[in-house]
Amino acid sequence: MKIYKIKYIAIAFLSLLVVSCNNNDDTETMVEMGTDFSGTYAQRDQMGRPAVNTVFVSAASKDEFNVTIPSQQGAMFQSMFEANLKGLSPAYANAGDKNALGLDASTFTGLLATDVLNVSLDGKTTFYDGTNVLTGRALADDVITVELLLIFGGEDFTENAAFSDDHVDSNDKTFLTSFPYLAAAW
Amino acid sequence: MKKSKILAGTIFLAIIGLITIAADHIDAPATRGTSADISDFYAFQGENPNNLVFVANVQGLLSPTATATASFDENVLLEINIDANDDKIEDLIIQAIPRDGKMHFFGPFSASSTSLNSSVNEMATRNEVAISTYGSAAIIGNTNGMKFFAGPRDDPFFMDFAQYGAIIGGTASGFNNPGSDTFAGTNVLSIVVELPKSLIGGSGSINTWVETKVKQ
Repeated sequence: MKIYKIKYIAIAFLSLLVVSCNNNDDTETMVEMGTDFSGTYAQRDQMGRPAVNTVFVSAASKDEFNVTIPSQQGAMFQSMFEANLKGLSPAYANAGDKNALGLDASTFTGLLATDVLNVSLDGKTTFYDGTNVLTGRALADDVITVELLLIFGGEDFTENAAFSDDHVDSNDKTFLTSFPYLAAAW
Repeated sequence: MKKSKILAGTIFLAIIGLITIAADHIDAPATRGTSADISDFYAFQGENPNNLVFVANVQGLLSPTATATASFDENVLLEINIDANDDKIEDLIIQAIPRDGKMHFFGPFSASSTSLNSSVNEMATRNEVAISTYGSAAIIGNTNGMKFFAGPRDDPFFMDFAQYGAIIGGTASGFNNPGSDTFAGTNVLSIVVELPKSLIGGSGSINTWVETKVKQ
């Protein structure tokens, strides 16, 4: 056999080896071992109930609210929430004024300032359906109207009618009855 | 992607002025319009009443055009916190983080501390699902008794936010009837987890909240 032929065969054999090594890397070793989850991740945003930061936290404090752990939010933000609630709604203007849950401004904002979503594991999960209160948040719940009613509606949901319902009662697409429940993208 | 997203965001901000927006969409300066901006959070009983479902949405207000190229950020870790004893401190955590077209899930695992900083708990129960792409059928992961989804969906939130802004801004004296859904026709990037209630206490009540954390 001539020397150049041996060379070509050697090169061909070598590239085969290289190719198969790459294949191995792609299919097994790299995927199983190579996914890198290392590092430290620092908090940027958080949320429990809908619209709480938006409505009740003053502009200069919104970032701070997002990086305050819930167990410390009440002490740090309840008084700000109460001041903003009273500034926003005339339904708490008089001493003794309450919302339809029977909560006065101080008690209501004490509940809201700790921004966690309460969820029942035993039955219906809804933000508010007339019977169940804060047992979860379902996709179809009209949470904004519920919050507007609790902010503006007074003791029996009849006060400040112009502000207590945005009259958008449902989503623009129908939700699914099965996982993943949310409608397909537009 | 960036241009159309920025454009959509700019138009939106022009409409609503400088007021921040419900439910948690663009709620604060440091998160607004970033890949770590939570838009909404839901927790409800599943189709199977033995299960609970968590929905965490990020990157709200995506136009259909922007949605086609929108993606989860590999530098953003999302955590669902569960407080089982009403002390407002998390007892269980579910983590979700994207890598190479898949959303990886860790947990639920016991929380060791209530910290603003986290690392991924690679020792926890681990699941993954391919991230669904815009315009394709939803890809559903179903492993270890849990279901997983990650990808673009219609924003389930609805509100006449424009009118709310006008009221707060002093240019309107009330809501219109009927109102107009400011979020109609917009999408979010959604993470959905369904798991047996037995994995998070079984019965009684929990408190839950979602966090986004950015790699340092």
